[in-house]
Order: sequence, then C-alpha cells, then structure tokens
Amino acid sequence: MSADSQTTEDQRDEEAPPEDRWRRALREIVESSSMVVFMAIVASMIIGGVLIIFADEAVRESAAYFFSRPGDTFSAIGDALGSAYSSMFNGAVLNLEASSFAGVIKPLTQTLTMATPLIFAGLGLGIGFRAGLFNIGAQGQLLMGATFGAYIGFAFSLPAGLHLALAVIGCAVGGAIWGFIPGILKAKRGAHEVIVTIMLNYVALYLVAWLLSLDAFQREGSDNPISPFVAETAQYPKILGVQFNLHLGFLLALACAWGAWWLMERSTLGFRLRAVGANPSAARTAGMNIGTATIITMVIAGGLAGLAGSAPVLGTQKFLTDAVAGTLGFDAITVALLGRSRPLGIVLAAILFGGLQASGPSLQVNAGLPVDIVVVIQATIVLFIAAPPLVRAMFRLPAPAHEKEVAA
Amino acid sequence: MKLELRGITKRFGDFTANDRIDLVVEPGTVHALLGENGAGKSTLMNVLFGLYDADEGEVLLDDEPVVFDGPGDAMTAGIGMVHQHFMLVHPFTVAENVMLGHEDVRGPAKLLDVEAARAKVREISERFNFNVDPDAVIEDLPVGAQQRVEIIKALSRDASLLILDEPTAVLTPQETDELLGIVKDLRDAGTAVVLITHKLREVQAVADTITVIRRGKVVGTAEPTASQEELASLMVGRAVTMRVDKEPAKPGETMLEVDGLTVVDDAGIVQLDGVSFEVKAGEILAIAGVQGNGQTELTEALLGVVPADAGSATLDGEVITGRTIKEVLHSGIGFVPEDRTEDGIVASMTISNNLILDVHDKAPYAKGGALQPKVIAEEARKHVEQFDVRATGIDQTAGSLSGGNQQKVVLARELSRPLKLLIASNPTRGLDVGSIEFVHKRIVAERDSGAAVIIVSAELDEVVALADRIAVMYHGRIVGIVPPDTDRDTLGLMMAGAHDEEEAA
Repeated sequence: MSADSQTTEDQRDEEAPPEDRWRRALREIVESSSMVVFMAIVASMIIGGVLIIFADEAVRESAAYFFSRPGDTFSAIGDALGSAYSSMFNGAVLNLEASSFAGVIKPLTQTLTMATPLIFAGLGLGIGFRAGLFNIGAQGQLLMGATFGAYIGFAFSLPAGLHLALAVIGCAVGGAIWGFIPGILKAKRGAHEVIVTIMLNYVALYLVAWLLSLDAFQREGSDNPISPFVAETAQYPKILGVQFNLHLGFLLALACAWGAWWLMERSTLGFRLRAVGANPSAARTAGMNIGTATIITMVIAGGLAGLAGSAPVLGTQKFLTDAVAGTLGFDAITVALLGRSRPLGIVLAAILFGGLQASGPSLQVNAGLPVDIVVVIQATIVLFIAAPPLVRAMFRLPAPAHEKEVAA
Repeated sequence: MKLELRGITKRFGDFTANDRIDLVVEPGTVHALLGENGAGKSTLMNVLFGLYDADEGEVLLDDEPVVFDGPGDAMTAGIGMVHQHFMLVHPFTVAENVMLGHEDVRGPAKLLDVEAARAKVREISERFNFNVDPDAVIEDLPVGAQQRVEIIKALSRDASLLILDEPTAVLTPQETDELLGIVKDLRDAGTAVVLITHKLREVQAVADTITVIRRGKVVGTAEPTASQEELASLMVGRAVTMRVDKEPAKPGETMLEVDGLTVVDDAGIVQLDGVSFEVKAGEILAIAGVQGNGQTELTEALLGVVPADAGSATLDGEVITGRTIKEVLHSGIGFVPEDRTEDGIVASMTISNNLILDVHDKAPYAKGGALQPKVIAEEARKHVEQFDVRATGIDQTAGSLSGGNQQKVVLARELSRPLKLLIASNPTRGLDVGSIEFVHKRIVAERDSGAAVIIVSAELDEVVALADRIAVMYHGRIVGIVPPDTDRDTLGLMMAGAHDEEEAA
C-alpha cells in the first residue's frame, strides 16, 4: 500500500511520522534529558570505581585471604577508592597538597587548557548533529586545521597580533575545507557523510605524514617527522602568566560557544539548519534548500574542528606532528553528545573531559593506577548515553511507552 | 458467534483511549463503530484482537470469557481483521498470501500445499462473488481486489466475526459500493461484521446497529435510519452542519494557467501526463480522484518539489515552473501539503517557530540575519488565537498537538501572507468534524478575498462541498472538468477512468 495513506485511527496517528531508525537514534541521543546525562556520569564513576578496586594491588593481595580476614579487603578497597578519587581531584580540580596558591589552582588551569580543543570541536559537531548530520570527521578536520595554522605560524614572520590572527584563521580555513568536501559530496551526490568523513580522516592523517617528510615542513636538523616550532608571534598568549599553560585559545573557545548559541537560537541561518535537521521534508516544502544547509553546516563544523587544531599547535605543543590530534576528534563526539549539542552543555562536558584527562598523570603517580582508567570512564559515559537508543535502533525495538507523546 | 465487550478500559499514560466500553455484536449483523479520528475505535479493536492488553474489562465470545495474547489467539477463536493498511506480500500470489501463516503441507517431502490454498480461494471467491484469481500476483491487483484478498484470508481461517478497519478509505465510489455489497452477503451468510468508520453514508447503507464513540466513551447507539446530521452531532457532541455555506463564486481574471504539465518519475513512469487547466481568481477548483492518480505530482510540480519534465505553469503572468520552491512560495502561493506531519510541520520545533517556517528570514520576523524573538512571539500569539489552535502556549512543540491543531498551524502560516493561489492537498484528512468545518470556512474565505484555490481531495464529499468546478484525475491525466452539481455516479465513473464528454465550465 502506498505510504501516503497513513492515517491510522486511534491516538497513534498523533505521533511524529515514522522516521529513519538511525536518524531517530541520533535524535534520541541528542535529546536525551539532562538527568540521563548526569546519571550516566555517576554510573560511569561507579564502574570506574569497580575497575580501580580490581586494578589495585593491595586489594588483590588482601582478597587472597578474604575469608580469614575480610576486614583487610574492605579497608584496602576503601584506601584504593579514596586515593584514586582524591588524586583525581588533586589532578583535575585543586591540588590541596600544593604549597603555593599557584600550585593549588594549577590542576584547574590544566583542566581548562585540555578542555579548549574539545570545546571548539564539540561545538562544530553539535551544530552538525542539530542540522541532522553525523560528522565523524572532526579528527581529520582538526588535523588539517592544525596543519594550516602551524604552517602559517612557522613559515612566515609577521608582527605579533597579526601573525596570530592569520594563524588562527588558517586553522579555521583548513578545517572548513575538510568539512566542505563531505558537505558538497552529500549535497550534490548524496554521499553519506559518515562514510566520507571517516575516510577523510585517513586522507588527512597520511597527507600530514607526507607533508612532514617535505623540506618545507621538516624541522631543521631532525630526522623525525616534526615541524619547526611556531613563531612566538603566532602563539596564543598565556592568560594567567607563564607558570600556567592556560592560553588565549580558551577564551576564544568560550566566545565561539556564545557565537554557536547565537547562530543556532537567534539567527535565520541557524533556524534553517535546525528545521532541516529536525524535518528535512517540511523544511524543503517551506522553501529551504537542503543541499545549501548541508554544505554550510559542514563548513562551520569543519571550521570549528580546525580551530580545535589551534589549541595544540598555537597553544600547548607549538609544533605539528601527525599525532597532534591525538584522539581529540573522537573525544569531541562524546563531548557533543554529552552536552546534548547545546553550547553550554558542550562547554561543561568538555571541562569534565578535560578534567578526566588532566587527572591521568596524577592518578598514575599518586595512586599507582593505569591512566587507562580515565579512558574507560569516558567510554562508559558514552555507552550509557548512547546505548539505549542505539540498541533500540539496532533491534528495531519501540521506545518505552512513557516516552511516547499522547495528545490529549 | 456472539461477541461481547464488558467495561473495556485502555489507558496510555494519563490518556484514557477507551473508557468502560460495553459492546454486543450479534451473529449475522453488521455493527458499525462510528467515531471521529482519535475517538478510540481502533484501540478498542486492537484490544479485542489481542494487540493491546485491556487495563480493565473482559471480552466474551458466545458468553464465555476469553483472553487473547495476540492476533494468533484471536484468529484461532474465529475473529478476522482487515486492517486499513493491507498486510499482503506484494510479489506473492493471492493463494500464497492466503496460506501465509498457516501453511498446509502434503506428502513425505512436506511440500507446501498450494493447491489446497488455491481451491480455498476459488471456493470463497465463488461463494461471495469476489472475482479473485488465486494465481494473480498481489501487486498487479487494484486496491479493491487486494482488499477482497484480505477478506478471503480472514474467511479462509473460518472467521465468524470480521472486523473491517476504515475499509473504504482507499476505494473509489464504485469499489465502495461493491464492498458494501460484500458486507451484506457476509452478514446474510451468518458472519458478524464490525465496521469501523467515520463515513456516515456507509453506516447508513449497511449497518444494523450503530454504536457511536466519542473520546473513548460510548456516547450512544443509533438506528440506521438516523439522519446524517443526527449521527454527526452524536459523533462530535454538538450540532453540525454538513454543508459548506458559501456564496456563488465571482471568478475574476485567470490566475493560474497550467499547460501540458508532465512529470516522469525516477523509474521512468509518467506520473503526470500533459495536464492543462486554468484557475481564476476567486474560484475553487477541486481535483477529485482516487489517491495515486497524479494529484500529488501535480501539486508538487506546481510548487517545484519535483521538476516538470514538460509543460509550464504560469501564475498571474509569471512562469513558475523551473523556479525554486522559495521563489514559487514568494510569488504568492500558499501550500498546504498532503502529509502534514511529513511536509507541513517540524514536530520537534515550537508552534511559534512552525508559524514562520517559510517567512523566518523576512521582515518583521528577521532583521539582517537575526531573528526577532519578540515579534515572532507576538505574531504567533495572534495567529494561535485567530485560528483557534488549542495549545498550552506558543512554545509547545507542534508534534504534541492533535492532528486538527497541527493543520490549523499549517493553515495559519500559509494564509497569513497575501496569496494569489492557495494549493491545499487533503486539507481535512484525519481531522474531526469540528476542525473540518473551520478549515472549510477558511478556505472559502480565502477564495472570497480574491485568491485562486486548488483543493486536492480523496473525499468526494469534500470535493462536492467546496468546489466551484471539479477536475477529475485518472492515471496522470485530467479526465474532465465538470460543475460541482455533477452527480456522484458520473464522478465515480470518471474517477475510474471513463472519459466524460461534457466539458463544462
């Protein structure tokens, strides 16, 4: 039967139209409530706690004679958790063991520094999600941004200020180009953005590796594939003085967050992007151009991911390698999901993730735990947020009845 | 078999879809279940069929309480259901579809006994004059025949109670008459038939007993001799006029001229075949036809959603074919899409945002690329009041509104800018009687203010009520354009493809 005669007769016909199940899964992930997000973080911390217990040597030793002296095991567990979470706090928020004020707040500044690229890239991904695009290519976009910015930074000598501005713009342009490619392929040829962006991540990676083998990018006197240092005129100034790593990029990221909010909530362009993301057929019927919206979205998302590349090359590491992106592009997906694609949420989620990462070294040194615990906690947060709708999509299960809206 | 429902209650969250419903269906009778969309008829039947569990109440067959865990149980007990959307496997033959789910096997190799199924189809088809070939492939059959296959499926499982859910929604008037004939034959053969519908004419034609449901409650029973007005008032809960009050049209200049418009789809099939007509300012041209005969393509080609492969459309002297949708909309066309949830509203956006979907970047809603939230909210409040949208506020999401209120949002948006032409596809599909009246009034008001109006509707009643002229479409062509007082039989024949010579108007 033709699909256009869909009017079932009871209250079910008041529901939203049946949409593509992957698209629905994406929407549900994006729209999962703040409570779910909060509980996911709590649950991940608990699971992380269980892993900490198992990873702790004292616990394992005392567990061997658990039945003769169970008290030893419990106190070992308490010690393990106590030292793990306190060293995480000391490593990410405030170091209460430090002697100077600078030492006390240093972890916090480190957290914000690490959050900076995640805010940039997360904002871009969030805009993409809201416009209905599942952009997996932040990694490649970030890498291309870092390449453009770093090249401008080390290859030219320009006055301070202007040099930095050009390098930052270079980062945005590099990422935007890398976002434009999947955008136009989807708009003109219907190529699925997930596939194209994943592939472009590899293209970017090997392109950078090749570039670093060229004389123009190779650091003088080094055989390693690393670029020269970016000129000081192109580096982000440190905003709290030289003893802290926190740089101007963080403030730029916050400005971008405000810009992203204004774009999506207050501008006509953002209105179009939201409408296209939520219901492309209605948007088209209302005269919006879906292809143009797709391209614009990908260019903005790519540009922001490119700006994320400025954080390492202009802020912290200050030179280009093919590993400069780390796993930032993928962590940013988690950040965008966790922040429910809203700028404020993304900033908070990025700070959470920056904190988890900043706590890694302290966890290893002070609690003797593997840094990987942090990665596990991040991963379980993703699982808890993404899994219910994803599992429903995979097995075509209906959403729980209480989630269905019934019109009165 | 006698069916009795006692105090059936079914709730979805806070919403009570069925509220202590009692119903008795005697063998050998046609029991019509009449109610507006959303009244709870289908929920009730799904409870009976084992698809939903009732929260309270019980089902009795021949005075014995029964509990069904699923459709399988219900079928075994002798209840058959023909859904509004057919459950047929399109590449299979009639016989294969009929045996599906209870396949008989024969011989040591346990081969499917298709022969038995064919015999059964032939036997039932002859008994009730269905005229269905057991070897025909489903996708080659017209909709009416597919529906008869569904009935054969139910009867082949010895159903002594048959539930028909909105069976005539997709049929031509002639097919509808045939179906109603079949229903009478089934009744005379002793089958109990439950007919779920909101169409009063059908109820009057075949029902022995009528139960009217409103908002999940049985609000009364009526005799088949009751007038349409009486039945409609029972359904809606207040007096309703069935006619649209409108002055005779005062047609002005030609507003829209369509010349040889042709649309070929991606599969190479001609969906719209050289259609030509014109609409004058101040008149309503209604396009009648069974769904899927090119009406959708016509409206989409006018708006520019699908490109025209040949021909042109000219609005007030300006060619609109080959333009973008945005240009077409801004040249003065209002568009009410056929599928409002798919094309009309963005369910997750607020009412106020949905009201500016196609004018969001125009003054006063936007200034230099920035939205003007205050103006948007003010205008939204005005429109919500003018169009009587029942909502908790303008920030409620459009998806949480009822169908009628969603349609009012679409109309409020489309009618709130100056229009030269309004195109409305099935503007009242799925709406309750009250909303239908309102929508019709608005459309007529738009005509009287000097716009040309094109109404596409699968409901003949609506076409006749609104039209100043009627164009009938069949297989992508306009079979003829006739005056609105043309009798239904002639219209029905035209909808079935018979060419009509009287080219009036």
